[in-house]
Amino acid sequence: MRLQQILFKLSVPVIAVALGLLVGGIIMMSSGYDAFYAYSSLFSVIFTDPYYIGETVRQMSPLIMSGLAVAFAFRTGLFNIGVEGQLLVGWLASVYMGITVEGVPAFIHVPLAILAAAAAGALWGVVPGYLKARFRVHEVITTIMMNYIALHVTNSIIRNHMLAPGERTEDIQSSASLSSLFLQEITDYSRLHYGIIVAILAAVLMWYLLWKTTTGYELRAVGFNQHASNYAGINVSKNIILSMCISGGFAGVAGAMEGLGTYQYMTINAAFSGVGFDGIAVALLGANSAIGIILAAGLFGGLKIGALNMQAMAQVPPELITIVIALIIFFVASSYLVHWLRNRINKRGKI
Amino acid sequence: MEYVIEMRDIRKEFPGIVANDNITLQVQKGEIHALLGENGAGKSTLMNVLFGLYQPEKGEIRVRGKKVEITDPNIANKLGIGMVHQHFMLVENFTVTENIVLGQEPRRRAQVDIKSAAKKVEEISRQYGLRVDPYARIEDISVGMQQRVEILKTLYRGADILIFDEPTAVLTPQEIKELIQIMKRLIAEGKSIILITHKLKEIMEVCHRCTVIRRGKGIGTVDVADTNREELASMMVGRDVSFTTKKEKGNPQQEVLEIKNLVVKDSRGIPAVKGLDLTVRFGEIIGIAGVDGNGQTELIEAITGLRNAESGEIHLNGKEITNLKPRKVTESGLGHIPQDRHKHGLVLDFSIGENMVLQTYYQEPYSKYKQIKAPEIFKKANQLIDQFDVRTPSVHTEARALSGGNQQKAIIAREVDRSPDLLIAAQPTRGLDVGAIEFIHSKLIEERDANKAILLLSFELDEIMNVSDRIAVIYEGKIIAIVNPKEVTEQDLGLLMAGSKRTGKEEN
Ligand SMILES: Nc1ncnc2c1ncn2[C@@H]1O[C@H](COP(=O)(O)OP(=O)(O)OP(=O)(O)O)[C@@H](O)[C@H]1O
Ligand SMILES: [Mg+2]
Repeated sequence: MRLQQILFKLSVPVIAVALGLLVGGIIMMSSGYDAFYAYSSLFSVIFTDPYYIGETVRQMSPLIMSGLAVAFAFRTGLFNIGVEGQLLVGWLASVYMGITVEGVPAFIHVPLAILAAAAAGALWGVVPGYLKARFRVHEVITTIMMNYIALHVTNSIIRNHMLAPGERTEDIQSSASLSSLFLQEITDYSRLHYGIIVAILAAVLMWYLLWKTTTGYELRAVGFNQHASNYAGINVSKNIILSMCISGGFAGVAGAMEGLGTYQYMTINAAFSGVGFDGIAVALLGANSAIGIILAAGLFGGLKIGALNMQAMAQVPPELITIVIALIIFFVASSYLVHWLRNRINKRGKI
Repeated sequence: MEYVIEMRDIRKEFPGIVANDNITLQVQKGEIHALLGENGAGKSTLMNVLFGLYQPEKGEIRVRGKKVEITDPNIANKLGIGMVHQHFMLVENFTVTENIVLGQEPRRRAQVDIKSAAKKVEEISRQYGLRVDPYARIEDISVGMQQRVEILKTLYRGADILIFDEPTAVLTPQEIKELIQIMKRLIAEGKSIILITHKLKEIMEVCHRCTVIRRGKGIGTVDVADTNREELASMMVGRDVSFTTKKEKGNPQQEVLEIKNLVVKDSRGIPAVKGLDLTVRFGEIIGIAGVDGNGQTELIEAITGLRNAESGEIHLNGKEITNLKPRKVTESGLGHIPQDRHKHGLVLDFSIGENMVLQTYYQEPYSKYKQIKAPEIFKKANQLIDQFDVRTPSVHTEARALSGGNQQKAIIAREVDRSPDLLIAAQPTRGLDVGAIEFIHSKLIEERDANKAILLLSFELDEIMNVSDRIAVIYEGKIIAIVNPKEVTEQDLGLLMAGSKRTGKEEN
């Protein structure tokens, strides 16, 4: 019974991924590429080549964090489209802490910089949360606006206060860095860093918060039925704000993954990084659950990194993988279609 | 004899439960066929199979003698089968006409021709006496009119076999009378009706035959003319059911609830409660009788903290609770069985276990230091499920998957079990079968005998007369009379509810 239910839940994402790869392959072939060679060069490296494995795992950490951010808000019935902006302010806050705080050991400096990122992201999330709770302004509008504010505010702060040669900030102190020579060495000098541990801890935290605490009970109740929550004495406005706050905090830490891990600095960004928007895809494919998000981030991270090898070996442009990811999302979103298909197969299978 | 509908040996399973276990149902042309059974017996499921929403594991369906496969509601529509669901399926912010034609809009050059649609709607509504305002929005009209919209929807699609799933549960007595007239008109036009209802009186009044099911199994079909209420009830429950509630004389004590000069506005901003006074004492059940729309909903929402009062005072247990937040009111000793179980009473996507602690999840033993203690929650839930006979495969089942009546029993269990000083029971037995109603009534009286107070709101005069110790008649936002149920007739009560000045003797 239980096993059946788990299989049932897995069926939509699995079928969606299969269909996405299939249709992506057809597109490759119709554009004159060898789809089999392309996919085999993609998947072989991300499972066997230490460098690509390292890069995939590195790519996963911000994806997990932004996926958690989207999912957490969604559990309370909110669409946080502002993960991108929360990520940017988190990135800047972590880098700022990483640069300015001096002479503290790593076990204080790293958490401090991560917490600063979380706080900045949370602040960026609270604003739309408050506007929603107090004035019923739809969070999709306000979070998108907050994205642009974040982009320009962070750029302006870097340009006016933190500029180093190369349109970027200085590097952070090594005591704030998540990077690890050990991890780099065992992965053929990829940019792998300790951020993945932070990301997995965050996933556990989200699961715990949602399912094991009264706060999670309230957040989920508000997400499902505000009237009943109000009837039960749950403060709906408070929970909307809290949800956006925690969601923004996760997004801010996604920024710290980039700032303290992959890059060690922040550049002036001409456009959005895209990681925040990828979080929507990750949360959708991962069905808003902690474990699902880790798996989905692994898949998307792997596809993105593997695409580089696919380009090198099979000369297939990596944009095709962007199309595959879009297709997967499309198929998850139209899970109705998938359900229908599965019902058809079931019925025929039975008779 | 040929049947318009013949369902033979239908079997439908859900995870952990057999909802329909080889049920046979045969409906003749031009009859109103009642489908009777306890809460969770499988009535809605059987009808959803007929309407193509569920696929049966086994069995065959014949429509007008021809074997058919109804794999989705569109096929049911094409076969002339229409269904009015237990919980309506309307688009809230669409107009009446838009809802009726949805999916089958008349078009003129790729555009929806809403004028001719409205005209057609008006035509059908005149033909069957189904009064609606074609241009009103669903969210602005009464439940009764919403139901007429649902009926029109089926007629617009040319249905001549109509399924009504508990249509009268949500209606006021006046609206029920109208619906019965409408049903009679429909069969006079040659249509056939399958009617699900828990009200045996209605079956006796309009139905020709009645099929009884019990715990998923078909018990049999009887001619209504050859049977009576008692026989039907015992057929469906499997034991004898008493229709009047036994209770001793109450022993009212000091006041628990005092309302003084209360004014509450409705959602449109118009005063609905206009200077109302009411006192409820420990150890008594006060019934509120009144025609729907006289301020009952607003009164209850104001007491429970769901709506702000404009002026006046509400005291509970000697403490002022006017305009306090719901949590504070609850903690002052109030329980509330809400009128709308899907809107306020349950989080449908939560498990039934989680719903059982909706008011207490933050207290020990269900949580400690903000940590949820799941085993304690499920232990409590299991105990309540046993005690109140909530039929569910397990505590982990989503509340959504329970039958309507069992959802209601879950809410009652949760609220009664806390044994609050004052329990507000708004239409507590809506959608319950006769056995469950008997049980709930005795529970309410048990609470009263344990020296708690109950404020009962109901549109069923039977219920008000049977259960209450005193009846407060509400009219245009005021309590205009307090009467003793033993000293008043239903006719007198009806007159009072219509606003006529009272003539009988005053009680206390
Ligand atoms: N979608 C579903 N998933 C799982 N179980 C279901 C589902 N729908 C109904 N059930 C179960 O099937 C049984 C029959 O339910 P059904 O709704 O048909 O009862 P009913 O006779 O209409 O009762 P009521 O008078 O309370 O409306 C119940 O035990 C219910 O829990
Ligand atoms: Mg039902």
